[in-house]
Amino acid sequence: MNNSYYDPKDLKKFGSITEFQKELGDKFFDYYTSVFEEGNLTAREKSLIALAVAHTEQCPYCIDAYTQDGLQRGVTREEMMEAVHVGAAIKSGAALVHSTMMMKKVNKLDG
Amino acid sequence: MPKLKIKSLHHRKSLLAKAENQLEHLSNGVFKTGELPTFQAKIANSGYEKLKPKKLEILQINLGYMCNQVCSHCHVDAGPDRQEIMTKETMIDCLNVIKNSGAHTLDLTGGAPEMNPNFRWFVEEAAKVGIKDFIVRSNLTIIRANKKYYDLPEFFKKHNIHVVSSLPHWTRGKTDKQRGEGVFNKSIEALKSLNNIGYGMPESNLKLDLVYNPSGAFMPSNQSDLERDFKQALKEDFDIHFHHLMAITNLPISRFLDFLIASDNYEDYMTTLVEAYNPLAVENVMCRNTLSVSWDGWLYDCDFNQMLCMKVDSSSNHIKNFDEAALENRNIKISQHCYGCTAGAGSSCQGTTV
Repeated sequence: MNNSYYDPKDLKKFGSITEFQKELGDKFFDYYTSVFEEGNLTAREKSLIALAVAHTEQCPYCIDAYTQDGLQRGVTREEMMEAVHVGAAIKSGAALVHSTMMMKKVNKLDG
Repeated sequence: MPKLKIKSLHHRKSLLAKAENQLEHLSNGVFKTGELPTFQAKIANSGYEKLKPKKLEILQINLGYMCNQVCSHCHVDAGPDRQEIMTKETMIDCLNVIKNSGAHTLDLTGGAPEMNPNFRWFVEEAAKVGIKDFIVRSNLTIIRANKKYYDLPEFFKKHNIHVVSSLPHWTRGKTDKQRGEGVFNKSIEALKSLNNIGYGMPESNLKLDLVYNPSGAFMPSNQSDLERDFKQALKEDFDIHFHHLMAITNLPISRFLDFLIASDNYEDYMTTLVEAYNPLAVENVMCRNTLSVSWDGWLYDCDFNQMLCMKVDSSSNHIKNFDEAALENRNIKISQHCYGCTAGAGSSCQGTTV
């Protein structure tokens, strides 16, 4: 028996979420498909954004899917890693910028 | 010549150098256990009990397996060590067929077809037949490999050859990884020399197309998106032009099969191909309008079947006894590698098919 919460095979079952709630599931997949179509951003640019967010969300399914998607679109490994650094920089920046709250509190309480 | 890191399967005396071992691998494992359906079962489910040819449109002739490059995924297992070369006698037999066949496209391939000592003679003679589309699959680096090849662009132009060349990526790193160190820079030089005499330029009748195949165990993305990205990058970085990009799926044979097995990607890759099976692609699969001729004159349903030693299922199975009517009645030979041509938007030597 598989005792891991994550199973790579589950990625292929993503579409089956509509089985328990068809209407909302269908709406989600319509939306998802539209989001990734060519628009003012190319599908390639969107794929790189998705890869970066997949890392900040730490979603193994999404990392699997968008690494594969990027390779198919000719994205280089250097481009992929730069995208992940963008995500990481925002993630760490988001943590650090909150330190202004800490500083404000320290200054108020401790002079 | 590029620094050679990869050796052909033949040179390594790999078990996969033998076609029967490749076919055995493709018939066993997940296809034997029934985890994945065989290609025969899959197409039968789409209404094709037998795969039959349509009218012959493309005659693809392999002039030999010798090549100045050793690419990591070569389905021919080509390289400098390969000695199989078409003789002038077989070329004469081919010319007789070209004159009388209904094919509108002649497609010369290899190895590096230019390395055949009778290549130029054959092109000159075949060009006289006045075939509509005369393709030479040139690997580009051959044009810069030796002084005797420097004038190839002019030779191609003189005979109105449609040049089709592989370039796996617009960056040096990804190209050299697949095709050998130094290949990218030489390919760029060769593309510039072709552009300089009009090949690939907008509005030019001198056709220059590029072939893209993925660098690893994944399928190509949308062909027109890739063409746009290739065009933009090559124009911006090198002021290079070309006409069309053909996106080809890697078929699980020869060195690519070896890579899939060695990297533990075989089952996942086959699953990807099977899941991406597109019945519409079966209608236009290239073996239905193409015949492949090997360096020694045998006939095959396609270049991939040639490499798997699967000769056509017909009494007319050699260029010496070519009978177009008999060949149109044959059943096309298939195995699990055929999933590569029916996945997604389909794949052929001319790019996507759907």
